[in-house]
Amino acid sequence: MSRLSSCFERVAAENRAAFVTFVTAGDPTHEASREIVLGLPAAGADIIELGMPFTDPSADGPAIDKAAQRALKAGAGMHRTLDIVRDFRKQNDHTPIVLMGYFNPLYAYGVDRFCTDAAAVGVDGLIIVDLPPEEDEELRLPANAAGIDVIRLATPTSDDHRLPTILDGASGFVYYVAVAGVTGGKSATTEDIKAAVTRIKSHTDLPVAVGFGIRTPEQAEAIGRVADGAVVGSAIVSMIENGLDETHMPKDGMVKDVLDFTKKLADGVRAGTKG
Amino acid sequence: MSLNSYRTGPDEKGHFGKFGGRYVSETLMPLVHQVEKAYREAMQDPEYLRELDELNRVYIGRPNPLYYAERLTEHLGGAKVYLKREDLNHTGAHKINHAIGQVLLAKRMGKTRVIAETGAGQHGVATATVAARFGLECTVFMGAVDIERQKPNVFRMKLLGAEVKPVTSGSATLKDAMNDALRDWVTNVHDTFYIIGTVAGPHPYPMLVRDFQSIIGRETKEQIMHLEGRLPDSLVACVGGGSNAMGLFHPFLDDTDVKMYAVEASGHGLDTDKHAASIAGGKPGVLHGNRTYLLQNEDGQITEAHSISAGLDYPGIGPEHVWLHEAGRVNYVSATDDEALEAFQLLCRCEGIIPALESSHALAQVIRMAPSLPKDHIIVMNLSGRGDKDIFTVADALGAEI
Ligand SMILES: Cc1ncc(COP(=O)(O)O)c(C=O)c1O
Repeated sequence: MSRLSSCFERVAAENRAAFVTFVTAGDPTHEASREIVLGLPAAGADIIELGMPFTDPSADGPAIDKAAQRALKAGAGMHRTLDIVRDFRKQNDHTPIVLMGYFNPLYAYGVDRFCTDAAAVGVDGLIIVDLPPEEDEELRLPANAAGIDVIRLATPTSDDHRLPTILDGASGFVYYVAVAGVTGGKSATTEDIKAAVTRIKSHTDLPVAVGFGIRTPEQAEAIGRVADGAVVGSAIVSMIENGLDETHMPKDGMVKDVLDFTKKLADGVRAGTKG
Repeated sequence: MSLNSYRTGPDEKGHFGKFGGRYVSETLMPLVHQVEKAYREAMQDPEYLRELDELNRVYIGRPNPLYYAERLTEHLGGAKVYLKREDLNHTGAHKINHAIGQVLLAKRMGKTRVIAETGAGQHGVATATVAARFGLECTVFMGAVDIERQKPNVFRMKLLGAEVKPVTSGSATLKDAMNDALRDWVTNVHDTFYIIGTVAGPHPYPMLVRDFQSIIGRETKEQIMHLEGRLPDSLVACVGGGSNAMGLFHPFLDDTDVKMYAVEASGHGLDTDKHAASIAGGKPGVLHGNRTYLLQNEDGQITEAHSISAGLDYPGIGPEHVWLHEAGRVNYVSATDDEALEAFQLLCRCEGIIPALESSHALAQVIRMAPSLPKDHIIVMNLSGRGDKDIFTVADALGAEI
């Protein structure tokens, strides 16, 4: 069974949602980023989404955009992102890692070569935000062949007519983008999210994780009650930004602060057991 | 695409060969499909076409002249040079052609707000203009660097009632403005129509912008037949994203005796890292909704473009151009900042016409090729815009004070 499937099975057995964290690979520096990522499971992360930095992240808001620019400035790139995953796998063989980003860096790397290399270092899934179902075959087929899930996104604009297109070929889980907008923006109400998750689940047996707009332990708890996974990105990334000096270098205690905050969010999700 | 025509693209998924497509976030996909549906319906609706035609005539001032540049021709001493006078359109450039078409679509789709990205400010001004004309709210995203070098157009947009949002991310130029416009669009999907300023972006934009701009080529064909009784030998246009060039070229693509030259901006030179020539110096990739040639590094990160002309300062190019390049139908050449500046001044003095710096790149190619061509060789150059907006940049480059 894939790491993603076992993870969702395990948390379901605990009667709770998976806590999914997002950070950008290489932000603020390769070393600090590596330290954060390696510390995430102990801080309660069930699944790690690792952003592949791109110069033009047009689906992201300021927090994640700035994180990508910081990482690139510090020398991040596709190879170093895979290096972080390789280092992570040396000490953790069960926490799923999903790489998230835009198609161009992956395309420049070479799709087939990337799928092979990513599988070799222990990547479990890919979320490519600018590769909708209509265009994702050139990645999905080689990725699936290498044992990597390509995770599809559903959004508030995905009506019952659109959902079958999204779900045809989906694997791993479905990522429900809770608000129409960029990352780090508004939050949707729990009722709206619940209705959307129920609707998506009537079309698929895949787990549904919800992201966009979850910033506090309380929100993580509420969403955890109605979904199979709760994703927090911008709030954690903003904690990284808060821990930097004017030259974008980490201040003392930055990694600890980020992981402490992550722990609080994780506790929120764990408190949100299903009734 | 059928082999005996260059004019059948894109396919139903918006691909021109390997290029084009719809590379946008899932939130936007239903919307992009709706725009396509609305566009296809509009093109079958006599009322829509009548209104478009009427506005082209009485609001833009079309048809604009095909002008024989007699003194320029004499000066160059070779081919006979005609200028297609898009600079005489309302708002001073070809951008209004696709802005009118798109605002009518926005209205048809019941949208109350339009957004646009702009580089030189010409597309922003065109969008602000049509938004004012139809009473729609308008926000224009513009790189902070471009706001600085295109001040007159910034003020124009404000006078027209638009909000101009400075973009400071990345290189603070056109590509970053397009990122922010996409971010706004995805956040305001319900009431907002994105009026894209060139033949790029997700399908159907490259197709619909081309179709609205093709009026340039259709008029040129009629006018040259009237003036010369035959088709031209060569067409020349500048390319940023490529809308004015596609507009001139498209109706002639299957007239295979007509040679075509598209002029990219090579800034400080193709051998430097300061240019905006995506075909000459880029590689295939995906950005802003389409697969095309992009200026990028080994890691697939987009690199900053440079051109003295804000409207050409973009690291990509419309996908149909890439297809035409690979098919060998259009010749992609380039002109430097210095060549464009020379050309700019020559047209001012020879013809009493101040060209846009963008169009001056096309003129640089005309200056290069005309002298060695026979006197009965006819060149039509697209004078895509007027240069009033550029006088500060030019003064600066020439070391003059205004
Ligand atoms: C006068 C003029 N010509 C050309 C361009 C370049 O755009 P395109 O290549 O889409 O025609 C611009 C863009 O702002 C412009 O203002």
